[in-house]
Amino acid sequence: MQAAFAALSSIVSWFASMIDPICGPIGIFRLFAQDTLLACGDTGWGDEIAQGFMITVSLAICTLPIGLLLGFFIAVAKQSEEKSLRLAVNIYTTLFRGLPELLTLFIVYYGLQILAQQAMAAVGFEGPVEINAFVAGMIALSFVFSAYCSEVLLSAFKAIPQGQYEAGDALGLHRGKTMRLIILPQLVRIALPGLGNLWMALLKDTALVSIIGLSDILRQTGIAARVTKNAFEFFSIACLLFLILAMLSSLVFSALERWTKRSEAAR
Amino acid sequence: MSHAETMLPALPPPPEAQKRYTLSRLLGRALLGVWLAASVGIFLFAVDSWSPEKFAKYGPSFLSGLRVTLTLVAISVVLGGILSLPIAYGRMTKNKVLSWIAYGYVYFFRGTPLIAQLFLVYYGLGSFRPYLEAIGLWSLFKDAWFCALFTFTLNTAAYQAEILRGAIESVPRGQHEGASALGLPKRVAFFKIILPQAMIVALRPYGNEIILMIKGSAVVAIVTVFDLMGETRRAFSRTYDFQMYLWAAVLYLIMVEVLRNLWAWIETRLTRHLKR
Repeated sequence: MQAAFAALSSIVSWFASMIDPICGPIGIFRLFAQDTLLACGDTGWGDEIAQGFMITVSLAICTLPIGLLLGFFIAVAKQSEEKSLRLAVNIYTTLFRGLPELLTLFIVYYGLQILAQQAMAAVGFEGPVEINAFVAGMIALSFVFSAYCSEVLLSAFKAIPQGQYEAGDALGLHRGKTMRLIILPQLVRIALPGLGNLWMALLKDTALVSIIGLSDILRQTGIAARVTKNAFEFFSIACLLFLILAMLSSLVFSALERWTKRSEAAR
Repeated sequence: MSHAETMLPALPPPPEAQKRYTLSRLLGRALLGVWLAASVGIFLFAVDSWSPEKFAKYGPSFLSGLRVTLTLVAISVVLGGILSLPIAYGRMTKNKVLSWIAYGYVYFFRGTPLIAQLFLVYYGLGSFRPYLEAIGLWSLFKDAWFCALFTFTLNTAAYQAEILRGAIESVPRGQHEGASALGLPKRVAFFKIILPQAMIVALRPYGNEIILMIKGSAVVAIVTVFDLMGETRRAFSRTYDFQMYLWAAVLYLIMVEVLRNLWAWIETRLTRHLKR
């Protein structure tokens, strides 16, 4: 069993290294920058930066589903007839939309650390407790993303006419089914541009986790800049990588938008 | 023929319908309970680790940090507003070269994180020290505060240019046509007819941009500017008191909420004539 897992993970990591767009066999640094400071391997910083790139992307991708799901439920709660529920979720969104992302990150990171330390002390374990920076970043960014996401989804919900719910009732659909079959497809169509903007903001916010020690693009290029003293070049590369991510995601989002609108009549 | 001899006696009001205890109510109460417990917990924590000497020592530095944040944001928003005018013009002009330059500028500053831009200016421009010294700008660019101001100005100019462009383009075509039908020159039509309508559209995005700048300005703490976040980090690194972050959070929340409400008031005031 153990061996099977090891084999599987080595296959996965081999596959990931093969399609690595930066330092893989057909990566840009491997092809065009092999004799420079960006070389992949021990002579250059290419592989370190490629690693940071992967961490940035995976942090954003891991945060997205949590934030979306949380944001969806908050948006539903905001339309509830129950006053206390609305108040509770409004406090949440006011809080996380009002705090700077950096401060949220620090509060989650150090707060979790203190809580974990106290919890461990309560069961009798003394000593330093370290919280994984990736997890702390994921939690903090999910809070921020879900707060903004709920606003986008709420305005999309409001754009769907009441008649659509009534039609669902008339067809005898269960409430959950009405939501899944009638409301959600329209919701996605309306909310997609707003969600695209939020995804871009999320990609940019991931740069903040470099401050709590996660080795993402900015931290890796920062280390390279300090060691080689070529700060301008390396930070330019960091900016360039973020730009490439932004371009790729705008391509993906325009394709998604076309896909969700495939059933609409051509105008 | 029959008719009523007596009136019916007045009945007591029907009993108030018992509100059903729904799942959403339960959930709402539970979540409010969580918030209440959290605020009580934080309050107790604050009382527990409260010390007058810490307050006397770090209170003033928090206030000075607040001042730094506010001046930084105010100056960069105003300068960015001025810089955004030519960029917005470039985005809307028919000149291919100008519009590509403006597009590239806006794309760069909106597509990369503010913190990466700040690092690029603060650490990166150090590579050009001889040139900067030659033209006498080095004394400015070695100062972290000035680098932050410079970056923020460039950054907010890109965002404000897009706000301005969107607002001007949102004014319907008929307004241009109406102005030219009245024989108004292009310049007068722009300043007297298009711009006033565009500014009302742009009001809310401008408010959001200022709020985003206040929140975004927290990153200057990383390049050793002692704004509110910087003072908080310094106080935390000296005391290891988690309270410091909570105080900073309260101050940021107050700033953002005051600005948001102020902006909502300004907007209702300025759009009185549009109310029906």
